Amino acid sequence: MTSSKQRMAPGRMMLPLQEPSWVRWSLTAFSCSFLILFLVVPLVVVFTEALRKGFGAYWAGITDPTAWSAIKLTVLVVGISVPLNLVFGLAASWAIAKFEFWGKSLLITLIDLPFAVSPVVSGLIFVLLFGIHGWFGTWLDAWGLQVIFAVPGVVLATVFVTFPFVAREVIPLMQEQGTEQEQAALTLGASGWQTFWYVTLPNVRWAVLYGVILCNARAMGEFGAVSVVSGHIRGKTNTIPLHVEILYNEYNFVAAFAVASLLALLALVTLVAKTLVERRIHFSTTSLEPTTVES
Amino acid sequence: MVWRLKKHSVLPGFGLTLGFTVFYLSLIVLLPLTALCLKSTSMGWPQFWETVSHPRVLASCRLTFETAATAALINAVGGFIVAWCLVRYDFPLKRVFDAMVDLPFALPTAVSGIALTTIYASSGWIGQWFAPWDIKLVYSRWGIIIAMTFIGLPFVVRTLQPALEDLEKENEEAAACLGASRWQTFRFVIWPTIIPALLTGFAMAFARGLGEYGSIVFISGNMPMKTEIASLLIITKLEQHDLAGATAIAVILLVSSFVLLLCINLLQWWSSERVRGVA
Repeated sequence: MTSSKQRMAPGRMMLPLQEPSWVRWSLTAFSCSFLILFLVVPLVVVFTEALRKGFGAYWAGITDPTAWSAIKLTVLVVGISVPLNLVFGLAASWAIAKFEFWGKSLLITLIDLPFAVSPVVSGLIFVLLFGIHGWFGTWLDAWGLQVIFAVPGVVLATVFVTFPFVAREVIPLMQEQGTEQEQAALTLGASGWQTFWYVTLPNVRWAVLYGVILCNARAMGEFGAVSVVSGHIRGKTNTIPLHVEILYNEYNFVAAFAVASLLALLALVTLVAKTLVERRIHFSTTSLEPTTVES
Repeated sequence: MVWRLKKHSVLPGFGLTLGFTVFYLSLIVLLPLTALCLKSTSMGWPQFWETVSHPRVLASCRLTFETAATAALINAVGGFIVAWCLVRYDFPLKRVFDAMVDLPFALPTAVSGIALTTIYASSGWIGQWFAPWDIKLVYSRWGIIIAMTFIGLPFVVRTLQPALEDLEKENEEAAACLGASRWQTFRFVIWPTIIPALLTGFAMAFARGLGEYGSIVFISGNMPMKTEIASLLIITKLEQHDLAGATAIAVILLVSSFVLLLCINLLQWWSSERVRGVA
């Protein structure tokens, strides 16, 4: 790594290897103000607005029964969608990273597909499937089941938008690690399951955790897709972000920002966890022996 | 040579994991997207065209594309300088700033929407400085651009950072030894190497801006023909039970993001080819 402190010894010829200091200073000043303006200020305003009328009003906003039911629904949705996508991510990365088969790059592209679909469209596709005028609409109606404007729709939309997170973090790392360690474990008599559990998983555990963190943050905060399928029924199909929207549109700003501050706290925790785990991943990949890296 | 679908491997579990992967992928991703495609083809071309060429739809699509392009451009310039400083310079709280770049990924869009609206409203922290000049930042095109810039920033910075870190100091030293000024080194040595990454970041920020909904609905004011973005029009059409109309706009959004995805892949292929050409 080249250090940015590229100081020449005095007396030697000065080569222009570094921008003039006024350029450096103005660029740094620009970036800091750009980041403060666009990132720090919005984060700060969430908390100042939430506490504008004191801690009592803040607490009342969070402990309101409808807010509480929104929190419970969000936890339920996260509790279903994150484990599902975790299992999928592990299965997909095992198949993709450990085997060579036809159509692999197509499969990787398809896994990334939900990232390319805009949130509102992600909600719409489930309305087209399960809505009253959708493919399965009449069939569901006959059985008295409701997916759209009900909890299952919210779960499905969340699973869709968080679909690639674990897989796309784990696949590259598993590919980089190759199959030699697994082959050794199998030769020594371990079962396939033991090999995965004691050899593969420990090698990729930080990437898995990283994917789960990102998946969790997106699942808790998803707004567009969930907004299309939820129907905004208070106390029933409102997740935390939808509850924020309703409060805000009712001009109940303190409560809206109070509930929003919970999500902002989650974002901060996510950032810290992400930074810590990133350092771990960096550490574990750089400490890998070059012999285990296959082309 | 016997043509086989899968190379032989001693590792177990291929059938199980691939089977589950394909099944789950089909169920969650492919089936719903197929429904969208079939729905739009069942409309027929004339009906599709009629929906899409409606002035309100055209206005919303134009607005979405224009604002997303402007925001991506702002991000390309601002994000480039930010990435440059984060990689090359030392300054106080650099690590905190670096971590903060991911905030738009982590902060739910509804939260960023209401926060940005509050800041840029005429009584807000930043908006009040523009109010005397009669510049309305929220409930106008500017608001949409602000929200899209916020949302797209990490894409540019995070794509550029690895490209800047990979630059080899030797090339710059060689250029300097051969008498290039710092500007010439930047223009002719550094810039050509990082341009694919910059374009990739631009395209990603643009794609994200096109589809963005959560942060924009609060700040845009949602006036038909003026500040109504395509995603919002989809929701409006859905609320009016105009499923076909909603699908038509969704298809436009989906196709444009796929085209952008293709561009991004081509850009990445281009940059890797160039790296291979140099090595």
